[in-house]
Amino acid sequence: MESSVNQNEAKPESVDSASAPVFPPTFSVSEIKNKQRRHLMFMRLKQEKRREKLSLKKKRRKEREALGDEAPPKPVPKTIENQRVYDETTVDPEDEEVAFDEGTDEFSAYFNRLTNPKVLITTSDRPRGRTVRFCQQLATIIPDSHVYYRRGLALKRIIPQCIARGFTYLIVINEDRKVPNGLVLCHLPDGPTAHFKVSSVRLRKEMKRRGKDPTKHTPEVILNNFTTRLGHSIGRMFAALFPHDPEFVGRQVATFHNQRDFIFFRFHRYIFKNEKRVGIQELGPRFTLKLRSLQKGTFDSKFGEYEWVHKRHEMDTSRRKFHL
Amino acid sequence: MAEKSRVCSVWVGSETGILKGVSLAKKQAFNFCEMSHLSREQEVCVLCWGDVHETEVLLGCANGEVKTFSTEKGVFTETRLCGQIDEGKFTGLAVVDSALVTSVESGLVKVWKEGSTDTVEINAGKSVCRMRQNPAQRHRVGTGGKENGLKVWDLERPDTPVFTAKNVRNDWLDLRVPEWVRDLAFVPDSDKIVTCTGHHQVRVYDPATPQRRPVLETQFGEYPLTALSLPASPVSVVVGNTQGQMAVLDLRKGLVCGSLKGLAGGVRELQCHPSLPLVASCGLDRFLRVHSLEDRSVQHKVRLGTLAWLWTLLSLCFRSSLLQECPATHQGDEAVKEEEHGGEDEVWDAMETVTEKASQRRKATEGFRDGAEKMAIKKKKVKK
Repeated sequence: MESSVNQNEAKPESVDSASAPVFPPTFSVSEIKNKQRRHLMFMRLKQEKRREKLSLKKKRRKEREALGDEAPPKPVPKTIENQRVYDETTVDPEDEEVAFDEGTDEFSAYFNRLTNPKVLITTSDRPRGRTVRFCQQLATIIPDSHVYYRRGLALKRIIPQCIARGFTYLIVINEDRKVPNGLVLCHLPDGPTAHFKVSSVRLRKEMKRRGKDPTKHTPEVILNNFTTRLGHSIGRMFAALFPHDPEFVGRQVATFHNQRDFIFFRFHRYIFKNEKRVGIQELGPRFTLKLRSLQKGTFDSKFGEYEWVHKRHEMDTSRRKFHL
Repeated sequence: MAEKSRVCSVWVGSETGILKGVSLAKKQAFNFCEMSHLSREQEVCVLCWGDVHETEVLLGCANGEVKTFSTEKGVFTETRLCGQIDEGKFTGLAVVDSALVTSVESGLVKVWKEGSTDTVEINAGKSVCRMRQNPAQRHRVGTGGKENGLKVWDLERPDTPVFTAKNVRNDWLDLRVPEWVRDLAFVPDSDKIVTCTGHHQVRVYDPATPQRRPVLETQFGEYPLTALSLPASPVSVVVGNTQGQMAVLDLRKGLVCGSLKGLAGGVRELQCHPSLPLVASCGLDRFLRVHSLEDRSVQHKVRLGTLAWLWTLLSLCFRSSLLQECPATHQGDEAVKEEEHGGEDEVWDAMETVTEKASQRRKATEGFRDGAEKMAIKKKKVKK
């Protein structure tokens, strides 16, 4: 019964394809059992919708041209960043209490220029080629950093020795199946420990159109979009990895860009062609980080107190809510 | 200042020495600070009520001072030096008949009498993580620490503890089970004491029985339990751990009744309301959350600090007169509705109460039934 109705309507359609077919309101394409006919009907439906959309666009453009200067401004398209749920922990730049807290926290020694960073880079036990090369490349980027082979030593025993030798940061790159996938960043005297998930690691060899190897000049540091209180702490952690005064002679810049809770790391060399135009070449490795937990105190995953832990089922329920 | 302090129903101490009063009705926190400048030495380690009527709050600070704050006047009234910095931070504060009982991390419990400089000292072991007072028998306190089991002391006889707990038997490898009491509570209407340990165990001790080993032991999670609180019903206990997981455990069998969600950082302190089924929690994520114990949902969430919320919260006191300030409880809601819809009561009573969960279940089952019917009809048509 339904098929005959369709055939009757299909025939006048082939004659006059411009007129829209009239269907009873409760009809839907999925009720047709014949696959070919169903496909045809669906194609027709899509074409119809596309035609309507184009005609609407044309109409709007004509109206806009007709109005000329009086036309209302174009509506801004909605993006996830636009629609981000306002986070109540967003830091206000003029906040005195945040300023006080940042003046007395674990990084205050660095920001008051009392200490210089000294970084120890190591891996999980028995690292494979990619991870080893990644560590070496990181060591060229971060000034005053040393790569040591992890001989199966316990981190809790390494940490007091590092403190005794004046290190301020410990970076441990975790490897899984010959690929680096985690990063533990521990600020040394008694500072917070951040655990990140690392993905999309591109070593220097794999980068297209890259420049020559980075020199030993101290790079500048750019931290983008760390707005919340948690983001502030993480941003300060990254900033304290590099020495205070960048050497502008070297024209190198390390960028930590936070977007939707993913932190993208890039290392570039820039050159000013004239006052308005800059050319950049990407050097060095690139990788993305995602924060898994921030623990107060030095590395102690069993008995340490966590300031922030990423709980997937509680925190990832909304696509528009971000924490960093 | 006085008006603000009278409105506050929850008091929280912070790492910089500021006492915060939180008004749950207004969802705001007010700062009360004595010093003109903030410093980390003034970190508030313990808070307790100064008297039974809850008009004074006593704060124990990291530099050994005990400050008194009057909630009626909204100012700090007294400061007393009770100990030095080298002894460690305060781990417990209690008031007994106008005398102050303090305990520090190094294991010394001291009773400070007003007026005189004499102190009664109790050496409670080499480390004390927590000291709590028995609310029924005010002269009894319990202490516990790292490798220092539970001990109950009577302040009138400071030489020997009234009850010393024994460690559990060696485990299946015949190794000694390590002890680390992080928090304890006295169960009302009985002699029992509940403790939570840094090795994620919850233990119940009963001094009335000759057994010095725990009467009940359960485990929760894999991370150290940092806080414990007993709600109004005597059967359950609320615990929190360093990862921000909080759960309600049943003390009869030792099973988890349910967990309270929402915290992102470690729990520092939990406090249940004495009569209402509410529990307040503060932790390292700088929020104060009040959960309802009946449906385990978050009733209130307050960012600590009106200007900024930077402080790690260490201890809090729940005012028992919460009902007046907090219209968001169920009883409050019903009362308000009745007043507003006086004449339309009959209409409201005649309507069915529809709860969300029930209606979703009905819809799901109806949908299923409709779908099944449709399938049956189609099958019949095909057969024809």
